[in-house]
This record gives sequence, C-alpha cells and structure tokens, in this order.
Amino acid sequence: MALLEVKNLEVYYGVINALKGISFEVNEGEIVTLIGANGAGKTTTMQSIMGFIHPKAGEVVYDGHTITGQPTHKIMRMGLTQVPEGRRVFSELNVYENLIMGAYTNKDRAQVKRDLEEIYTLFPRLEERKTQMAGMLSGGEQQMLAMGRALMSHPKLLMLDEPSMGLAPILVSQVFDMIKHLNDTGTTILLVEQNAEKALAIADRAYVMETGSITLTGTGKELAQSEEIRKAYLGG
Amino acid sequence: MNLLITFVNGLSLGGIYAMIALGYTMVYGIAKMLNFAHGDIIMVGGYTILLFLSVNPIAAIIASVIFCMAVGIVIEKVAYKPLRGASPLAVLITAIGVSYLLQSIAQMIFGSAPKFVVIANLGTLKFGELAIGYNTIITLACSVVVMIVLNLFVKFSKTGRAMVAVSEDKGAAQLMGINVNSIIMITFAIGSALASLASLFFLLKAPTINPTFGSLPGIKAFTAAVIGGIGSIPGAMVGGLLLGVIECFAQSVPAVSPYTDAIEFSILIILLLVKPTGLLGKKRREKV
Repeated sequence: MALLEVKNLEVYYGVINALKGISFEVNEGEIVTLIGANGAGKTTTMQSIMGFIHPKAGEVVYDGHTITGQPTHKIMRMGLTQVPEGRRVFSELNVYENLIMGAYTNKDRAQVKRDLEEIYTLFPRLEERKTQMAGMLSGGEQQMLAMGRALMSHPKLLMLDEPSMGLAPILVSQVFDMIKHLNDTGTTILLVEQNAEKALAIADRAYVMETGSITLTGTGKELAQSEEIRKAYLGG
Repeated sequence: MNLLITFVNGLSLGGIYAMIALGYTMVYGIAKMLNFAHGDIIMVGGYTILLFLSVNPIAAIIASVIFCMAVGIVIEKVAYKPLRGASPLAVLITAIGVSYLLQSIAQMIFGSAPKFVVIANLGTLKFGELAIGYNTIITLACSVVVMIVLNLFVKFSKTGRAMVAVSEDKGAAQLMGINVNSIIMITFAIGSALASLASLFFLLKAPTINPTFGSLPGIKAFTAAVIGGIGSIPGAMVGGLLLGVIECFAQSVPAVSPYTDAIEFSILIILLLVKPTGLLGKKRREKV
C-alpha cells in the first residue's frame, strides 16, 4: 500500500500555475526521488504535501488519511516530516537544543535521551559540537543537524529538499550515504534533488518534473540509463 | 544621597517600562507585528482593579491579571489572527484601531474624568536622611522577580523554547510539531498579564486613572523596546530600565524637567541613527 499518495495536485501562485495536476506515490520502505531543473515545482510539491501551501485542487493521502488542508504541525505529528531546503536550523539555539526541539512532540524523556544518543552515534560530529550555536556550524554540519533534528521525531516518511545543495563533493557523498542508511533502517524517503545522478543512484523509483508536470517515471536505474535523462540532467 | 534616591526611583519606574516593553518585544518577535493596543491593556488592567477594589485589593489584582490575559487573547483572535499573512501596514492600522476601541469603551463605561484608585497606602521607608516610598521598593523587587521568572521560562520551559523557535523561523518550528497559533496566543496572554501588573505599579505611584491612562506609558515602553532592540527580551529589560533612569534624572533637574519626554524620544532617535538595531538587537544573517 502506498504510504503517500499525491493525486492531481494543482497549485497556483497568483496566476502562475506552479503545479499542473501532478500525481505520484511513495510506497512504504522506498526511496523515491523527484528530479528536475530549477523552477520545475519540486519544492512547491513538498511544501504542498507538508501543508505550507494550500493547493487549488487535488488531494494528498498519507497513511490512509487525507491531509490536504491540515496544518503543518498536525501533519508532522502523523509521522511525516521534512528537512527543508536551506536546512533552516535554529541558529540562536545550540546543537543540543536544536535536536531536543526535534523531539518537541515526544513526552517520554527517557526515550528522547536514547534517541539523542542514537543521533550522536549516527552523526559523531554533532556530539563534538553539541554546545555550539547552530548558526556557527559549517553547511555540512548544518545539514547533518537538520537531518538529525528531523529524525528525533521518528518520522515514518522523511522528505528531504535539496540536501546536497551548497555542499562540497565529499560531503555530498556522505549525505547520500546517510540517506541510504536511514532507508535501510526503516525510514521511507522522498528526496528532491538537483543532483540527479546521485539521487537516481540510491532511488528505488524516480519522477522527473518539468514546469509543473511529471514528464517521466521509472526505477532509479532505468532513468539513470535513459538517453533523455542523460542529456538533460546528467551532462550527456 | 539625592542622586541615589533618584537612581532607585528610576530603576523602579524603569522596571514598569521593562514589563510593558516585554509585551511589545515578545509579540513582535513571535507574531512579527507591532501591537499598538498593548498600552491600552494597562488601562484595562487599571479599571479592572478599580472595579474589584471594593471586594479586596488582592482579589482585584488577580482579577486584573486574568481579565487582561483574556482581553489580550480575544484581541489576537478577533483582530489580528485573520490578518496573518496580510501586509504589515494593515496589521498596524488594525492595532491602532483596537487601541482607540479600547479607549472608547472605557470612556463609555467610566467617563473621561479621572477616577481615584487607592489600592493601598504603603508609606515611606526612612534611613536617616534617605526617604523612599515602599511602593518604589515593591515595584522594583517585583519587576526583578518577573524578569528573572520570564527569562527562566523562555530558557528552560518547553513552551519558552518553542517561542524562541517560532520567533526565529515559523516554518521550521511548525516542522517540529509546534502549533504556532497557540504559541502566539500564549505570547499575547503573557504580554497582557505583564501589562496588568504595570497598571498595578503605576496606580501605586499615582492613584488616578482615565481612559488614556496607558497611552503615554505604552509609547514610552515601545521606545524602550526599540532602544533595547525590538524582538530581544534582554533588550526590552535593559531599554526599560535605562529609560526609567533617564526619566527620573531628567525630572530631578528643574531646568530640563519640562522637556523630559522630549529628551527620552531624542535619545531614541539618536540611538537609532547610531545603532539601527537597538542596543541588543541582532541583525539576522542568512546562510545559504
């Protein structure tokens, strides 16, 4: 059964039709990626799923419930969360406080403590820097913090928006390894990326977006080998 | 000796300004709006004390705090919440409208003539030549306690941390599962409770009230919040205390005392020219 189902989603910014009725699904346990150029509507899609943007038409079904029109904090409490574009860590809080903020909805203190240890094992760098203000971290560390913070809430479905943006190549590989690892340990992933090559390499399935529509779909492998995709997104 | 007395009086008055300034600054930080009706909550608090004074002074104070919190929450729900996402100018004009609405309602109920609200006659503390009103000491002590409690609340309580998160990044806060609307509501409630305490301390200083009772203190506390750096909680405290001390010193010198208000607002203008973000205000840097 599909964990997330997006049905004919239509979004307008004023008169601009940003999403022209897109449909796709994410099954439990998958890594699904949305790739496409700047302005294709990838971020808009995520923002609509998360309840930040209200679509004009269409429906988002998560875990059997229609979540279209629900406020973001309620959607998040159902186990669906997002690592937003640009990381958006709380720069006025330190690393530890950011992670604790990720467990805002969890009332079980002992479990929060265990989760924190787990995140520190996953990202040792964050433990080293736990008392540093998040605003002082490097881009790569902020990305780890944003991911760690999202994981503190035990999401069933984690959506990542451009996690590799602005990172050095070695860090990009680390981020993708981490995404793969999270998926192996049971988190379903929806990944939005401009780095199509890396995204397709770890994705079970992929959708290609172009100016508000989904134009191609297939397994990660199929799309990585497709002539069209190679030309458009993978540099020949 | 006189200087010391003036200084203590200034800190005490500044404590009241700080309490009001906290309401402005917290609402600005979290809801990103200037609530120009905030000063009038002081007036609402004062009249509530007047109404319940015949019952018992303590009951009157408690009633005033509760009623002000309720009024603050209702104003936010009815007047400001529908405008979330609207242009800041629309929100500002609405706030000014709410301010006049509150003043007009008070005038309809209580008339425009000043009324006496004698909560208690506290007397004066004398150390040899030093004489200082008990009300001054109580005000100062209470405002220090309020500021400490508020700081601890923001630093260590879950709701306080959520307030910091919302004030920095509303969207990211929602992704943590924080209900932004309820955080905004709590902020208005806290700000209004502080305003009602301010009315209590003003009435202990000078026991008369009229419908524009809160206007000038409101504007001055707003000035204090801007001097300290609007959005910053420690800034509101520092700005409030500073403004109170300046006011008392200016009033103690006969040659300049008629110009006290002008001096205070001039300091604001000069400070903003030199440091536009206020004393403790931060410029937000965006990392890409």
